[in-house]
Amino acid sequence: MRVNADRDVCIGSGQCVLSEPRVFDQSDEDGLVLLLAADPPADTAEGVRRAVTLCPSGALSVEDDEG
Amino acid sequence: MTDVTEHTTPVYPMARTCPMSPPLEYAKLRERGPVSRARLPDGRPVWLVTGHAETRAVLADPRVSSDRTAPGYPSPFVVTRELVKQGGPSMVGQDPPEHGRTRRPTITEFSVKRVRELRPRIQEIVDEHISALLAGPRPADLVPALSLPVPSLVICELLGVPYADRALFQSRTALMISNSTPPERRLAASQEILDYFDVLITAKETRGDDDVLGRVMARHRAEGTYDHRAAVQLARLLLIAGHETTANMISLGTVALLEHPEQRAELVADPELVPQAVEELLRFFTIADTVTIRTARADIEIGGVTIREGEGLVALGAAADHDPVVFADPGTLDIHRDARHHVAFGYGIHQCLGQNLARAELEIVFGTLFRRIPGLRLAAPVEELAFKTDAVVYGMHALPVTW
Repeated sequence: MRVNADRDVCIGSGQCVLSEPRVFDQSDEDGLVLLLAADPPADTAEGVRRAVTLCPSGALSVEDDEG
Repeated sequence: MTDVTEHTTPVYPMARTCPMSPPLEYAKLRERGPVSRARLPDGRPVWLVTGHAETRAVLADPRVSSDRTAPGYPSPFVVTRELVKQGGPSMVGQDPPEHGRTRRPTITEFSVKRVRELRPRIQEIVDEHISALLAGPRPADLVPALSLPVPSLVICELLGVPYADRALFQSRTALMISNSTPPERRLAASQEILDYFDVLITAKETRGDDDVLGRVMARHRAEGTYDHRAAVQLARLLLIAGHETTANMISLGTVALLEHPEQRAELVADPELVPQAVEELLRFFTIADTVTIRTARADIEIGGVTIREGEGLVALGAAADHDPVVFADPGTLDIHRDARHHVAFGYGIHQCLGQNLARAELEIVFGTLFRRIPGLRLAAPVEELAFKTDAVVYGMHALPVTW
């Protein structure tokens, strides 16, 4: 799984941080999303998908690995 | 529209007649489809969105506008346009790119991390108010004892607004958001809060305070986008949104949990349940669902209908959050439910800026109140309590409790 986060679209709601803090953070400077791991470990997949669903701005997307 | 349908078209807004439920008409609207026709009190047509999926879709759609001065903006309240003219646009009524320019400098102040740092102080404020409540007479009104002062004091400290001035802004806020207030009085109350912040912001301009307002002002100055009137408007927005909504959720949530003693006992026994209980309470009440009003900027096909360019719509969050397709048995309060996908904070770019602050305040209040006062109970039957059925934001005027 690969995660993409678009900081131009992000509104800093923090839903991703609440969903999977091992993968998402918010910048101290502007409050927008920071990816801690673009290629996150398998056990974060559920939280990452949850973050994508809950993100209000559509800033997050995931690409599943082939096979 | 023909005369025949005119008679059967529902009128928006609808009142909450059952205090523990969204307007009963919402379920009937949903039977007509996830997006259906209604009309405003002045006769203008409006689309009502009641489906959860459709609500999220429409609020995230870049083809809808939040501009409250747009010709088709379907505000059911007569003074909206005058209020906007008086104070200037706030981020709530701005579209991109102006919306981003107003919201972005404020975001870091309400991040998950920043709010986590505020938790010890919020806990202290909650504890002090509960101690004072316990030391006072019984029965007591929980609204002035806890619901209102906790979020008011928190937002005042954050913004750098003297809490001693609360009588002014609490009374004027109550007048502003009540639909029972005559239009002239609403405008006057709005102006009085603007005048108050005009003075405060002027003082902050010289002092350069290290608080939310001071730091946001400094960010604008660094970008060359500072505007005095916009700072006044922002201060007022954050103050009102920061105390009124949370205060109402504290009162309503307390009643709901007092009415569900088994779930309340579970919360006291297992504090780890508190965050999901708060999400369920937010879903269950969805108190600000008259705020998500939009105008279509292009033809939008949604829920089997086409909303034409220029037509107005209201995304009824309380209907979406009681959509049985997404929330089984939606009228039942269930703290074990996974409710995080509710739209009580809205959705899309306008989703509540202070949502994580609200979560923290509600978690701390409900995690503390029932633990410290295990015998807390209503001092009047639920049906006799004073609910805000006439306000822009649903809530309670008073909440008599004893223990």
